[in-house]
Amino acid sequence: METWSLISICVLLGLTTRWAVSFSSYSGAGKAPMFGDYEAQRHWQEVTYNLPVKEWYFNTTDNDLGYWGLDYPPLTAYHSLLCAHIAKLIDPAWVELHTSRGYESASHKLFMRTTVLFADIVIYIPAVILFCFYLTDGSSKKKVATALCILLYPGLILIDYGHFQYNSVSLGLALWGVVGLGLGWDLLGSLAFTLALNYKQMELYHSLPFFCYLLGKCIKQGLMGKGLLLLVKISLTVLVTFAFCWWPFLSDPQQILQVLHRLFPVDRGLFEDKVANTWSSLNVLIKIKTLLSRDTQLLLSFALTLLFILPSSIKLLIKPTLWQFKLALVSRAKVLLIVNSSLAFFLFSFQVHEKSILKLCSVLMFLFLHLISFVCPFCLSYSMLPLLLKDGLLLPYVVTSVAFLYLGVYLLSALDRNVKSLRLCDVFLCVNRKCALHLVFLQFRVSLVAMAGLSFTSVVLEPPARLPDLFPVLVSVFSFLHFLALLLYFNLVQLTEPPSKKGPKKTN
Amino acid sequence: DFSCVLSNVGSYWQRCLLEHSLIKMCNLLKPLYHSHSTDFEVHRNWLAVTHSLPVSQWYYEATSEWTLDYPPLFAWFEYGLSHVARYFDKEMLVVQNLNYASSATVLFQRLSVIVTDVVFIYAVKECCKCLREEKGKDQLGKPSFILAALLLWNFGLLIIDHIHFQYNGFLFGVLLLSVARHFQGRHLEGALLFSILLNLKHIYLYIAPAYGIFLLRCFCFTQNNADGSLQWKSFSLFRLVALGSIVLSTFAASFGPFIIMGQLSQVVSRLFPFKRGLCHAYWAPNIWALYNIADKALSILGIKLKLLDINKLPKASMTGGLVQEFQHSVLPSVSPLMTLIFTLLSILPVLLSMWRRPNGARGFLRSMVICALGSFMFGWHVHEKAILMAILPLSFLAVESKEDARTFLILSTTGHFSLFPLLFTAQELPIKILLMLLFTIFSFVSLKKLFSKHGQLVNSLEAAYLLGLVPLELICEFIYPLTSWQHKLPFIPLLLTSVYCALGVLYSFIRLYLSVLTAADSRSKAKAQ
Repeated sequence: METWSLISICVLLGLTTRWAVSFSSYSGAGKAPMFGDYEAQRHWQEVTYNLPVKEWYFNTTDNDLGYWGLDYPPLTAYHSLLCAHIAKLIDPAWVELHTSRGYESASHKLFMRTTVLFADIVIYIPAVILFCFYLTDGSSKKKVATALCILLYPGLILIDYGHFQYNSVSLGLALWGVVGLGLGWDLLGSLAFTLALNYKQMELYHSLPFFCYLLGKCIKQGLMGKGLLLLVKISLTVLVTFAFCWWPFLSDPQQILQVLHRLFPVDRGLFEDKVANTWSSLNVLIKIKTLLSRDTQLLLSFALTLLFILPSSIKLLIKPTLWQFKLALVSRAKVLLIVNSSLAFFLFSFQVHEKSILKLCSVLMFLFLHLISFVCPFCLSYSMLPLLLKDGLLLPYVVTSVAFLYLGVYLLSALDRNVKSLRLCDVFLCVNRKCALHLVFLQFRVSLVAMAGLSFTSVVLEPPARLPDLFPVLVSVFSFLHFLALLLYFNLVQLTEPPSKKGPKKTN
Repeated sequence: DFSCVLSNVGSYWQRCLLEHSLIKMCNLLKPLYHSHSTDFEVHRNWLAVTHSLPVSQWYYEATSEWTLDYPPLFAWFEYGLSHVARYFDKEMLVVQNLNYASSATVLFQRLSVIVTDVVFIYAVKECCKCLREEKGKDQLGKPSFILAALLLWNFGLLIIDHIHFQYNGFLFGVLLLSVARHFQGRHLEGALLFSILLNLKHIYLYIAPAYGIFLLRCFCFTQNNADGSLQWKSFSLFRLVALGSIVLSTFAASFGPFIIMGQLSQVVSRLFPFKRGLCHAYWAPNIWALYNIADKALSILGIKLKLLDINKLPKASMTGGLVQEFQHSVLPSVSPLMTLIFTLLSILPVLLSMWRRPNGARGFLRSMVICALGSFMFGWHVHEKAILMAILPLSFLAVESKEDARTFLILSTTGHFSLFPLLFTAQELPIKILLMLLFTIFSFVSLKKLFSKHGQLVNSLEAAYLLGLVPLELICEFIYPLTSWQHKLPFIPLLLTSVYCALGVLYSFIRLYLSVLTAADSRSKAKAQ
């Protein structure tokens, strides 16, 4: 079949899945008085529609920041405003100031779900398709398979269409950035990424590689001549974009500070719930939260994060000057780096929200083809299980994950015979490939069985009375071990990737 | 060669699994169906009736308005299911709990459809084995793969079974399996399966004539003359007796207990309720939809031209599409007997043709499709869902010949589109459009690719007609509800849909008929030369 028809079938499948998931419940449905993220988004529409821009981020009589106050960058606020205008057209009660608080109805749910779908169609899906077609190599069938896998990735679907968020917007914009850089349109790429950054501050996870890559590219072209021009152009683009996004707040430094304070609430502590990161896992053994002062925590997390992302960043900074390969290869290295820094941030940084794992999951997706056995447990968004259970999304979770697993295992492994993911084993074990392959698959299976077992027990069994959080903690420790292994693995891959091996393959 | 087979099976199973996952996703739709789908409550009620009452009460019980109106084997099937249902939620098995739909109930019901679909998947696999395969083709372009996808991803089956709620996948699984057995020459097995099917759901009586003639002609007569005509001497009494005993014993096992209890007339009156009107509340896209609309047009024209007196016309005829009893004002009203005669007349030529020149299992399949379509076109109180009975077997023919592929594309597109009103809430709108696009794009592209050597599949007129469905959908779902007519004449979109689709279905019916008659013609000409 022709590629376009396959792609349209994939997109339709992705959309169908999304919409099917959207029938299920959302976070905080019917749970007064605070509800959940769904109510947060609705509340932002209410606030942005009814209040002047100056009051959005401030605690006023009309804007109680304690009740889902706006804590995302301005672009999110504008998006809410846009949605609010449409909502007002359909039913004014949805965005009425004060009285609409906790508003829930079937038609409103339909409206909210539609806004997510719309954002997805406009931003995320085109980016995915462009990415798959221009920045991955292999036959067109393999590209289609990649696209299908990315589109059916359960983590994003469940959080956006089940739990309720607009991750597809920020992720899509970041992906547009990657696509722009990969195709050599540096300005477009940096524009898109700046927008992503202004939609969700969590995109900072990815900012370092972008920065290093672009800087490295400038250095490569010579900082005195062409490189300088490029640098100026890029920085101008970024600055102008920032200025546009922050326009209403620029007049008053007080405003800027308040927005920043809302975006980075350092006073909330090292970690919130049971998050699968180092701190939370360590907390099982040592009570860090009580042992260390907040400042020490902050410093510690910062230092560790930096330590882990430094090697790969430096590598990238130097690499573009040495890099003699085609665009695709460069972009792949960049993607690899994104994964690294995302992972490092996630594992060690301060105050990580478990949904941030989405960020790196989706980036990981792009490595999917050559890392299938290792990435799968990760991509199953397993660490989100407690959250999804809380939202009553067990059934969609099971269904989409199983579907995704089938897809990953059958479709991709059938298309991609030469398993490239063996480098790790080659490095460590120095054994022949066949044996290593068995080992990886064994590990994969063991992980899968363990996950299934743990999911089952956490659904069916009541936790013992003395340890009410037993299962969530187990899940997060389990996921953490995988994340750590992944981090090491990616660092290894990036640092040991032999350029000479790939060079000839790309040139023909 | 072996690896080719292996990869083929592999790809096939991928699709199966994919399909299954999709089906399960539709399962996620469950919170929606607590109130909407009547068929959901129908089947829950049957579970309760068969579980909590003795067999003698099954066909008398009338607490719910959805009384048991399927043949006994299906009641036994529900009885079996109810024993599993006990472990999900006992309350659903109480007859008095009308409209009971706890989440465990919904989960059980949906899972039961998915699990019984295994029969369908197995049947599809058997059918794919019967195809004439060309070797060395692209995996995704192979006829067997296309057939598997066309059957497993069938839009109608997906929405009727997994969104609306019925057990059609299971039933069609039995039908396709029986067809596959005939292809494989295991006729007795095929006959057994079909008689079981008849006792599961009696709507398959529509295609029973094709079965009867085929078995009589190709099984009971062991040999043909050189030109394919009947050789009377080759009649095998033994085969007839074997066939008859199989069919009779199935019916005896199913209806026997009720005959002994003296309830046969009660069971039959439940199975064939002729009190309903000519057309269902939503007109199925058949001849009678066209007949109704012609009647309406004539009466309006008559009033305009002052040929008819508005006071003499029967009342309520203008609300057509919503009332069950439809009175024609100009054209003569139609009685059940007339529809029966029309149906028989419509399938008689093809049965005769099959009797004269059977043309093997493929000829039988073609006659079966025509029988199903003929009954759909002329039958009494036909449901729009019955169109699947023609679409699914036709998929098989579509991957083997270009002309059949053309008919299939027209029939499946219009037939599936006519199912749209089954899902009518705003929330379901995206899902039905997406699934429909998915199936239609796949079928067009894959069949076009399959017959790429033979030029265009559909001509420009047919393409224009099919593309006309897009504006029709836009008008019915988006534009019309915004106009002021929505309150005065709410049935217009349904009416437009069914009339528009009826044209396509009629056209496919005629095309199929011509394919049989011209094939017979050309063969006799070839013989004459």
